[in-house]
Amino acid sequence: MSRVITIKKAINEALHEEFERDPSVIIMGCDVGIRGNPFGLTSGLFEKFGADRVRDTPISEAAFVGACLGAAITGLRPIGEILFSDWITIPMDQIVNQIAKIRYMFGGKTNVPLVIRAPVGAGGGQAAQHSQSFEAWFSHVPGLQVVMPITPYDAKGLLKTAIRGNDPVLFFEHKRGYEIQGEMPDEEYTIPFGQAVVRREGSDVTIVAISIMVHRALAAAEELSTFGIECEVIDPRTIYPFDYDTVFKSVSKTHRLIVTHEANRRSGIGAEIVSQVVERGFEELDEKPVIVAGLNVPMPYNHTLESMVIPNEEKIKQTVLQMMDKV
Amino acid sequence: MPISTISMDESLAMLKQFKKEVMNELKAPADLSRDQVLEIYRKMALIREFDTNVKTLWKQNFIYGLAHSYLGAEAVAVGACAALKKGDYITSTHRGHGHVIAMGGDVNKMMSELMGKADGYCRGKGGSMHIASVDDGMLGATGIVGSGMPIAVGSALSAQVLKKDNVTICFHGDGGTNQGVWHESINLAAAWKLPVIFLCENNQWAISLNYAKATGNPVVADRAVGYGIPGLTIDGFNPFAVYGAVRDAVARARKGDGPSLIEARYYRYIGHFVADDERYRDTSTNNPWREEMDPIKRIQEYLISSSTASTEEVERIYSSAKKEVDAAIKHAKKAPEPSADTLWDGLYSPEFMKKYGGD
Repeated sequence: MSRVITIKKAINEALHEEFERDPSVIIMGCDVGIRGNPFGLTSGLFEKFGADRVRDTPISEAAFVGACLGAAITGLRPIGEILFSDWITIPMDQIVNQIAKIRYMFGGKTNVPLVIRAPVGAGGGQAAQHSQSFEAWFSHVPGLQVVMPITPYDAKGLLKTAIRGNDPVLFFEHKRGYEIQGEMPDEEYTIPFGQAVVRREGSDVTIVAISIMVHRALAAAEELSTFGIECEVIDPRTIYPFDYDTVFKSVSKTHRLIVTHEANRRSGIGAEIVSQVVERGFEELDEKPVIVAGLNVPMPYNHTLESMVIPNEEKIKQTVLQMMDKV
Repeated sequence: MPISTISMDESLAMLKQFKKEVMNELKAPADLSRDQVLEIYRKMALIREFDTNVKTLWKQNFIYGLAHSYLGAEAVAVGACAALKKGDYITSTHRGHGHVIAMGGDVNKMMSELMGKADGYCRGKGGSMHIASVDDGMLGATGIVGSGMPIAVGSALSAQVLKKDNVTICFHGDGGTNQGVWHESINLAAAWKLPVIFLCENNQWAISLNYAKATGNPVVADRAVGYGIPGLTIDGFNPFAVYGAVRDAVARARKGDGPSLIEARYYRYIGHFVADDERYRDTSTNNPWREEMDPIKRIQEYLISSSTASTEEVERIYSSAKKEVDAAIKHAKKAPEPSADTLWDGLYSPEFMKKYGGD
């Protein structure tokens, strides 16, 4: 049996089920308790599991993210929630210098079962400080894992894996993706990290799409199909660990690669993916790889200007057409 | 004469004020047995000997990177940790050698870690600045000033959520008190009534900046008022004063009455770290704080004058600490280097490494 639910609901279900399953799971953050998070992601947790495990914090990201670490190394499985991922800059020392390194620095003696959840992504006029996606920053830091689901099935299964694991996870949800719907089985499941999904098969161009760009790439691919161009769309789901095998396999079939992410292009995760493919599989490529990403400016407020910055279906389509010498 | 952030006259005036307002005479509290008192002295001696050797070993290239001395602070860690029981935790600072010893750590593993050896506490991955003896409840030294504050809040939170009566002592320095996370952490612990004792080791120096020049009110404990928790300034050269204050704060925390802020004032004896030439302070005369307040000298005098131990016993305990450190140095010098294939070990959990590798 299965149902159709939203990503928002999938995250909420994963939290409820993990709280039920393991009494050492707790959550901390601004507005996670009584308010149930502005998107309703944590709704019902406070009522069901109580103030001990569902903690409304003061606006003190450095303190509560650091407290997640202290709790993680002494017997709990904390989830820290940052209201908008842009504010992850505030607890940055705790994440980069403490959470990522404590196991290694101490000679491997501590488990760090800890998840930091935060909404990423642009659109809707939220401007420069509420629109960013920082997956490249955290993928750069050894010791962290970075997860970016964009279907309800993945959001639930990957969040469960994140909560049950013994290593720290940055779990980035796209805020424009919370209402995306998808099939949800009734039975229990988890999804291992480091396994990409081929969302659409195709023989002409491989498009590796991060987070919400998966849906934009799929829409572009449908349209391109009417031109007789078949794109293969890959959703890596986890940024680190990253499933390069699925990408190589696809590129060895299509011999063309586009990587697309919403974060701005400069030093983005696209550069790393292209570099890996070039370094390990240059001979498979018939065309130079192209990155379709956000422009290198802070997100402007004005709708027209904002639309210029965010990569969309049309940009992907034009890039594919150019690559296929159709323009 | 180099430029000094405070003059010798100012330092002497501060010492005079310390003697008048903070210092108190050593007297072992009635709840400590003779054995416990002697154990406090033994651990203090062990720290003194350990850190006396560190700079020399660093100069001789046996210790490779950064190392920060606990000299002068022996009474703080040892006095405080004497008030703990098994299952309690501490978080540390970059000046962590004393904390490991106070929690009952093994000096062989410590010295091996400082020399980067495979059998060190962190298998040569951490060194002095990240030394940790997690099994003893010592949750690790850290190289970022103030960063242990929220970690201690988290370990206290574990005790609260898991309904255990364990407490956490959060050691930090005066330098850490001016980091934003210091305030956030104490506020959070106070709001949630967490079983944590914020123990400020006020050595009066944040590298080159004297605390009097770092804040509008150089009494750390006064800040407790702002968070609605008890605050106390104590003689950091006096292990029994530290013990008494921490014992009371621990009792309060175990009862569920929340955190306390204790400022143990002492004086940083030597440079900030092994290679610090101290050009920013007057070192032209013997440091009066060290001359007059030395915690080892004071406890030795107390043990003899109170007839807790004979002169011979006091000397014997000290020389056995010295021998233990000498043996640790010999041990560490001979201990094996970590092999290249351990480079990635501990980056992620063993199950992760097996599945994905670390790269």
